Amino acid sequence: MSALAARIPRPHSSLVRSLGLVVLAGAVLLIASEALGAYDELQLANGAYYFAVLAGLTVLIGLSGQISLGHGALMAVGAYTVALLIGDERWALVPALLAAVVVTTLVGVLVGAAATRLRGPYLAGATLAFAVGLPALADKYTSLLGGENGLVINPPTPPSGLGANFPLERWEAWIACAGALVVLFTMNNLVHSGVGRSFRAVRDDEIAASLCGLHVGRVQTVAFVVSAACAGLGGGLLAVVLQLASPGAFALQLSLSLLTAVVLGGLGSILGAVWGAAVLVLLPGWTNDIAHSFSLSTQVSANLPLAIYGLVLILAMLVWPSGIQGAVRVAVSRIRERHAPGAGESSP
Amino acid sequence: MTRFIDLTLNGISTGAIYALVALALVLTWRATRIVNFAQGGMLMITTFIASSTIASSGSYWLGFAVALVCGLVLGAVVERGLMRRVEGGPPLNAVIVALGLLILLQALAGMIWGNTPRSFPPAFSIRGYDVGGTRVLFSPNNTFTVLVVVVVAAGLAVLFRGTALGLKMRAAAFQPEVARMLGVRVGRMFTLGWALAALVGSLAGLLVAPEVFVGPNQFDPILIFGFTAAVLGGLDSPVGAVVGGVVLGLALSYVSGYEGSSLVTLAALVILIAVLMIRPRGLFSSVQERRV
Amino acid sequence: MALLEIERLTIDYGPVRAVDGVTLAVEEGSVTAVLGANGAGKTSLLRTISGLERASGGRVQLDGQDILGVAVEDIARHGLAHVPEGRGVIAELSTEENLRLGGLWRGAGAAPLSDMYELFPPLRERRTQLAASLSGGERQMLSIGRALMARPRVLLLDEPSLGLAPLVSAQIMQLISSLATARKLAVLLVEQNARSALSIADRGVVLNLGRVVADDAAQALAADEGLRQAYLGF
Repeated sequence: MSALAARIPRPHSSLVRSLGLVVLAGAVLLIASEALGAYDELQLANGAYYFAVLAGLTVLIGLSGQISLGHGALMAVGAYTVALLIGDERWALVPALLAAVVVTTLVGVLVGAAATRLRGPYLAGATLAFAVGLPALADKYTSLLGGENGLVINPPTPPSGLGANFPLERWEAWIACAGALVVLFTMNNLVHSGVGRSFRAVRDDEIAASLCGLHVGRVQTVAFVVSAACAGLGGGLLAVVLQLASPGAFALQLSLSLLTAVVLGGLGSILGAVWGAAVLVLLPGWTNDIAHSFSLSTQVSANLPLAIYGLVLILAMLVWPSGIQGAVRVAVSRIRERHAPGAGESSP
Repeated sequence: MTRFIDLTLNGISTGAIYALVALALVLTWRATRIVNFAQGGMLMITTFIASSTIASSGSYWLGFAVALVCGLVLGAVVERGLMRRVEGGPPLNAVIVALGLLILLQALAGMIWGNTPRSFPPAFSIRGYDVGGTRVLFSPNNTFTVLVVVVVAAGLAVLFRGTALGLKMRAAAFQPEVARMLGVRVGRMFTLGWALAALVGSLAGLLVAPEVFVGPNQFDPILIFGFTAAVLGGLDSPVGAVVGGVVLGLALSYVSGYEGSSLVTLAALVILIAVLMIRPRGLFSSVQERRV
Repeated sequence: MALLEIERLTIDYGPVRAVDGVTLAVEEGSVTAVLGANGAGKTSLLRTISGLERASGGRVQLDGQDILGVAVEDIARHGLAHVPEGRGVIAELSTEENLRLGGLWRGAGAAPLSDMYELFPPLRERRTQLAASLSGGERQMLSIGRALMARPRVLLLDEPSLGLAPLVSAQIMQLISSLATARKLAVLLVEQNARSALSIADRGVVLNLGRVVADDAAQALAADEGLRQAYLGF
């Protein structure tokens, strides 16, 4: 009986748990970044902004059951907003990032409203068109958006309080990680909240959900908007870290890589988004090393990460639909069962 | 005025290519209720094979024929080996598998042939016809393109409406369980549907390659345009695919001519959204779909 | 040996046993009715015989050949026709296309269309119309006609009178009876309308919760008041 009572979610405990998670993660990142060299700091920064967009995307696809192939384009919206505000208008960092989130959220409202009427392959096709079409705008409005070369921004300078020799890369990593932690806190709360439950309810059975009083279209739009906000922040952070916003970075391949990352990490799981971000950041390096040791041509090694993404997507759907996080969950529950046989069902 | 005529003629010939891609998508949708997002990748591969064949043999038509045969084989292999496992399941799974195949094919093409787009010869002259002293924006090659679409559409119509095989394929598509109870080998019908679809896709690739060049990502836009045309016409209507293709080709030609070519994909997106909002089943669909 | 023989057939859906050790036989030229309340396992029985579902145990023999585990389309090509619950008419095809479809695997050996139009005159009037526009009774005729195109030896019928007006339903029943005799078919008829089924059947098998509770000549079952009231509702 007490086991049952322990499983009833208490309203404030998830907030506290999220806060604890963020503090823990923040501490780990802080300690880790002190020990890393410049290259690894940048990898960490990359991982952080990937996590930001992946957290939103995995909630969208895994929790609310809507597919989007257009989140690369949404990242572009965030990146270009930041690039325009910091570069031309000389805004400060935090307001620019906030603005990126707001602008992308507005775009997300439009896309999300259209998306609620669409299902499965139609939604995929529409977001695909969005992903391919939006970056082309840079070519149309070259004076404003910089055309093929994109927009360059000055690197963010570390505040004087941290010392004159504070490495730029570490500062960028801190900025990106701060953004990632904000996303972690928000999304972890969301997943465990009533809003998160409404996503799942609508995903599993729209008719039943609407009979329970949920407005299906509204819930789905909220899911889209939330994921768009995450993508906007991710894109904005990308612009800050790379000091560049160009159409080439946001081609269709980005959207497809993001999809692979959430599928691989485990759809609907925030922790899965961490695994996915790690893969996106580390895989190109690993495949380069493999290509080197097998003396493969650049032609082969350059395409190797993509080939692996393609294989992963196919295999994941056929063999391993719940991704890394799913496998972890199964392993954990098996360990639990071994320690407490007959204790009941495995953990969620 | 001549500009308008030129844009119209251009729209018809590009529309013919969109119609072919749309037909390929309609064929796989009708056969197995799957939108083959990998179609763009499959026709890219067969066009690359054609390109290599032409380069080594010197004969365009040999390359053409090889591409068509490879299309048939590729379509059959993809359905039997891969899509069979996700047919009838949640639509999202099939979408993701198709996308995975698309990425994989593009990466493989990059590995084998490199990422630099290469040129591809047209079947016939691309010099516009001389009409009363002015050169029109419609060439013998464009005529060939339109003829191909007409022949393919007519051929498919005859196949589906007039032959026993076509009847079996339609039955397998509409009600696979009932068809099996009537002795139809439904699995073979699915494979055949995909093989035909890939064949039609190969044709589209060969016809559009001179314009877009051959490279792993060069065919992404026509996948989108083909999908939009298919949705416009109705995903389960071959007639709709052809009409949708031509309508889309005309619309995008005018956009490109008067507003610039970089807005073309966004224009397609707008049309796609408009169709899905206003009339989700498309112009020619006879099927009642409660939601899209 | 009977044309269709079922021996200790067992069908499980996960932990639920839908059919438990059913044994019955259908002679050629006869109609055997399978009766019982909803959920008694009747439809599962038919679907497993025609191969749509898998059995957990037992044997099904068609003219001496084991057909459990054989693919649906191959069982059909062995001469078994299944007219499913709800008719299974393909709405997007025309009446004539539906009929032709039934005989395709037979090729030249199929029954001519004119035979079916003679048997079911209303279908001739609607031959080019889409099957979606047919009434319930016409769909039932179409479904049976389509099954007959392949000249089957065994005919499985799942609730042919469902949703039909009593008069039409009676006509269909009569038709089934005369077809069985005239074409030497082994007919296995699942029906909820037990009275109607027993009036034309030669034998009756009553299922309750997946088990056979009675297997006798149809007239004997019809006469057994206790049985009728307990399982058949009349």
